[in-house]
Amino acid sequence: MTTDLGNGRMTTDLGMPTVASDPHHHLRGTEPFPVAAHRALADTQLRQNLGHATRTIRAKRAGVVGEVDDWEELRRAGEGVKADVMARLPELLEQLEASVTARGGVVHWARDAEEANRIVVDLVRETGSDEVVKVKSMATQETGLNEALGAAGIAALETDLAELIVQLSDDTPSHFLVPAIHRNRSEIRDIFLREMPDVDPALTDEPRRLAMAARTHLRRKFLSATVGISGVNFAVADTGTISVVESEGNGRMCLTLPDTLITVMGVEKIVPTWSDLEVFLQLLPRSSTGERMNPYTSTWSGVTPGDGPQAFHLVLMDNGRSNVLASPDGRQALHCIRCSACLNVCPVYERTGGHAYGSIYPGPIGAVLSPQLTGIDGPDDVNASLPYASSLCGACFDACPVRIDIPHLLVQQRAAAVEAHGRPTAQDVAMRAAATAMASPRRFSLAERALRLGRLLGRSGRIRSVPGPGASAWFGARDMPAPPTETFREWWARRDRT
Amino acid sequence: MTARDEVLARLRAARDAGGATPPDVPRGYRRTGAFAPGSAEVVARLDETLTDYRATVHRVADEDDVSEAVARVLEEAGATTFVAPPGLPARWVAAVTARVRPDEPPLSVAELDRVDAVVTGAAVAIADTGTFVLDALAPDQGRRAISLVPDHHVCVVRADAVVSSVPEALARLDPDGPLTFVSGPSATSDIELDRVEGVHGPRRLDVVLVGPM
Ligand code: SF4
Repeated sequence: MTTDLGNGRMTTDLGMPTVASDPHHHLRGTEPFPVAAHRALADTQLRQNLGHATRTIRAKRAGVVGEVDDWEELRRAGEGVKADVMARLPELLEQLEASVTARGGVVHWARDAEEANRIVVDLVRETGSDEVVKVKSMATQETGLNEALGAAGIAALETDLAELIVQLSDDTPSHFLVPAIHRNRSEIRDIFLREMPDVDPALTDEPRRLAMAARTHLRRKFLSATVGISGVNFAVADTGTISVVESEGNGRMCLTLPDTLITVMGVEKIVPTWSDLEVFLQLLPRSSTGERMNPYTSTWSGVTPGDGPQAFHLVLMDNGRSNVLASPDGRQALHCIRCSACLNVCPVYERTGGHAYGSIYPGPIGAVLSPQLTGIDGPDDVNASLPYASSLCGACFDACPVRIDIPHLLVQQRAAAVEAHGRPTAQDVAMRAAATAMASPRRFSLAERALRLGRLLGRSGRIRSVPGPGASAWFGARDMPAPPTETFREWWARRDRT
Repeated sequence: MTARDEVLARLRAARDAGGATPPDVPRGYRRTGAFAPGSAEVVARLDETLTDYRATVHRVADEDDVSEAVARVLEEAGATTFVAPPGLPARWVAAVTARVRPDEPPLSVAELDRVDAVVTGAAVAIADTGTFVLDALAPDQGRRAISLVPDHHVCVVRADAVVSSVPEALARLDPDGPLTFVSGPSATSDIELDRVEGVHGPRRLDVVLVGPM
């Protein structure tokens, strides 16, 4: 809707929930999920790397979650705190703004990705620096900040090991936690040998040696950096405290040594009180790296004279969150603490990897978050295919530390995709049946068979008719020992028994 | 409309559309841990969890024994210099032969990079997770850079600072100043999800644990 303001200026839906801008195409790929997934499935090396990594992390997570006897209570508290945040988001943001400002920080607001990038570029320019060190942040990946800084003549150096691997190889991230999860050690060695000018040519693929190479490569940069850029894991409204959870110490370097720190956060990353962190600092590390606690968590409130950056800027960004918040159920997608547990347990992610999802938010949560952030723009929108990137097996819900009902959201987003399609097809009708049948597992199985029937009737070549719950159409047909007519769910049940 | 007003207006409209009634947050999780703060059990558990994540733990019964333990640790590492935060108790380093570099006036980053080690206290330690927390406003812990740039960190943890659980620790901490939660030496899981110790933070971490043995 366009509104004429009466003075010759036009505006779009002023003050109404708005979808994300995506200037650098980080929220939407160029092809539908099934097409990208097909290619990924053919890449045996990729599948080996992912299989190894996700198996490792699943075992570690299970071990450390198992030793917490109040894990379910913590999950319920995490869910409750996040639901509370959604119900009070505008007020909590104003409170955060006041507490950060009172402690010497400067708060900026950004409607969308372009605005957030512009704010950061201007702030860096004011410092006179043409180089920044960055600690891994989904928010700045989402906005394409590195591209925006580059266009302004500012070099952005990623300092997280996996991000560095991705940046050096001109690749894109494929996982929240381990953006280079699709690379194995020998591929990483090759990238370092090729791209690090000062690297020891005798570098081996021993992980320890690779980590040391990264240390050497970045150390001088850290010690001389004047501007640091970070994201946020949790921002505490009542104390103005920002926290960053990490492993390597690159975060500490970026948060401590520069004169200026610029932190970009999606508005949903807020928690009401300091003591709420007692829930999330237990849930996050065990769910993400499968550790009792990650090596380093930094917290700071505004500016502290004599310690760390003496200029602190916090950028609060909407970029589509308001659109997600407007949906009573869909807003659960904003509860995500980016632990990646749902990626690691997802049978679809494990085989396709993150790139197939097109968006920087991959996996089960990405499949429900990305289409809500961007909105679905007509029947050919590739993000309309994301909610079908699932077998609805439910593993993601069980793993999610804040109990996001991802299967339910997937079904809802499928219905939304069908809406956007306009003209219903046989497949759409079957999809709708699957959605309503979700309440009953038995009826769901029947609906699944109906879908398969639909495919046998000759619609399988159509983008929107694959994968659906009968995911084996694109999945089992590769080197999985499944006949092409088997549904994903049937295949999965059988696989678990063998 | 400023960006601030517009973002807040959008979020208000969205929040009202999606539901504005805050739920009751269920707080059925445990707020106190298995072992009493400062007890022999909690200290023993901290020893285990720290060791599990590759910190080297040195147990001493009494604060009078700290300085010998610190001296031994620095000597074994071949450290000839160490940084001391302004309020580091002198008795903790009385027996140390390595040369002290007081962070007063503050050392430059380049100077810190040339120092072999740093010795600090800790605000609180968490036995469940193998974590100690540094409070930059505490005189025996000091500003963040001094425990970050030197490659070897020796942290003295007294039993009265040891609690079982994360909630107990957060209740003791003041978020006004910068805090750093440390659980083992710097590590990465970025290569095939295996934990590899030693990236950008101190690669060597020794904890001198003072308390009932
Ligand atoms: S949706 Fe849940 S499991 Fe998935 S990344 Fe977010 S918090 Fe973790």
